Amino acid sequence: MFDFLEGYDLLGAFWMTVKLTVLSGIGSLVLGTVLAGMRVSPVPLMRGFGTVYVNVVRNIPLTVIIVFSSVGLADVFGMTLGAADDFDALAFRLAILGLSAYTAAFVCEAVRSGINTVPVGQAEAARAIGLSFTQVLMTIVLPQAFRSVIAPLTNVLIALTKNTTVAAAIGVAEAALLMKEMIENEAQLFLITAVFAFGFVVLTLPTGLILGWVGKRMAVKR
Amino acid sequence: MSGVSVTKDAEDAVPTADLVVLSNVNKHFGALHVLQDIDLTIARGEVVVVIGPSGSGKSTLCRTINRLETIDSGAISIDGKPLPHEGKELARLRADVGMVFQSFNLFAHKTVLENVTLGQIKVRKADKKAAETKARALLDRVGVGAQADKYPAQLSGGQQQRVAIARALAMDPKVMLFDEPTSALDPEMINEVLEVMQQLARDGMTMVVVTHEMGFARSAANRVVFMADGKIVEEASPEEFFSNPRSDRAKDFLSKILHH
Repeated sequence: MFDFLEGYDLLGAFWMTVKLTVLSGIGSLVLGTVLAGMRVSPVPLMRGFGTVYVNVVRNIPLTVIIVFSSVGLADVFGMTLGAADDFDALAFRLAILGLSAYTAAFVCEAVRSGINTVPVGQAEAARAIGLSFTQVLMTIVLPQAFRSVIAPLTNVLIALTKNTTVAAAIGVAEAALLMKEMIENEAQLFLITAVFAFGFVVLTLPTGLILGWVGKRMAVKR
Repeated sequence: MSGVSVTKDAEDAVPTADLVVLSNVNKHFGALHVLQDIDLTIARGEVVVVIGPSGSGKSTLCRTINRLETIDSGAISIDGKPLPHEGKELARLRADVGMVFQSFNLFAHKTVLENVTLGQIKVRKADKKAAETKARALLDRVGVGAQADKYPAQLSGGQQQRVAIARALAMDPKVMLFDEPTSALDPEMINEVLEVMQQLARDGMTMVVVTHEMGFARSAANRVVFMADGKIVEEASPEEFFSNPRSDRAKDFLSKILHH
């Protein structure tokens, strides 16, 4: 019944999906946290930058961002990301760049809502013992903020996992690209889509369950 | 603690007996003029208790001294130096000014011990061992040494507030600000906190205490400052203030709180 899978590197394609997810996840977590820090900073210019970034980036379709990073950054501006001659590696890196930049906007807003759950007295007490703004943020506010936004960040991560399929648009050999190829070549359309749907559930379901458990364990008691 | 201050004094250009000086301080919250032409001088080693009805601006006054609240006009100086604006300078000054809050504000995700060592390590750059030794000594001094490895939520209010005092003391502050330290406590826990504060006062710590505890004001204060409607209405020694208040506003306030 599953003969049609022969000759296709299904695991390789999903492994590419996992790599895109993990690397973009790390990239967007770092960038999103920096953006959240900017949005709560006392410097108006930084706050302004953070606000503009989030409102611009999250309102542009991901496909447009991914295609822009390929067509705009690479083809027009000649950005090579250290992979000038390797088309596949370049597409992979551009996809991570685009996915990170896009997802960072959502991470930023999740983290910022977490920052708002930390009582203002925590930051005041930290400032009162002489910690700088960055120290207050890094040692007192963010550690508490993250613990309260594990659930929304899990949503962002699951969305990111599924969003990696957009990387197919610039030729990254991940799951969705392989699915498209198989649909063109094979007859079992329903089974092909079912297999890929199942593959994504296998990736995202444990993510949700594990992080849900982590979120409960890490909750700050007040 | 006073030993530290004396050596600091020798380095300073302007050695002075006055540790905290507020002159002509004004602050508004929107249309509300919460601090009106406040002049207040606190000498080294002095314990000043600020009392007054709710909304009189006493907490705001306390919070302006380490710039948790900014002021609109006037000047505040600590140990001869004007209060810096934002940035590193301000952080350095805040490290020298201990603050105890009404709602304790212990760092909820850190243990009691970590609460007391954090500032020493991050601000004073003390090494971890030395910071822990000092933290344990301070926790013993305020009577919560046995709770060092618990999290704040596992402690009673009185214990949390004593940890908060230890956290402030760990920075070797020149002055301690207490913003209604017992107002959020259950009645049976108030005394354990007041006793720690009494002991501090006896040890010569310079203290500004905003409180409704008249017993503490009587026994520990060098001076009582009575505030109402954003103004300092009366300043006097506790005996004088409680037995013979001069202003009508103070008489009215005392009659309401003392005679039940």
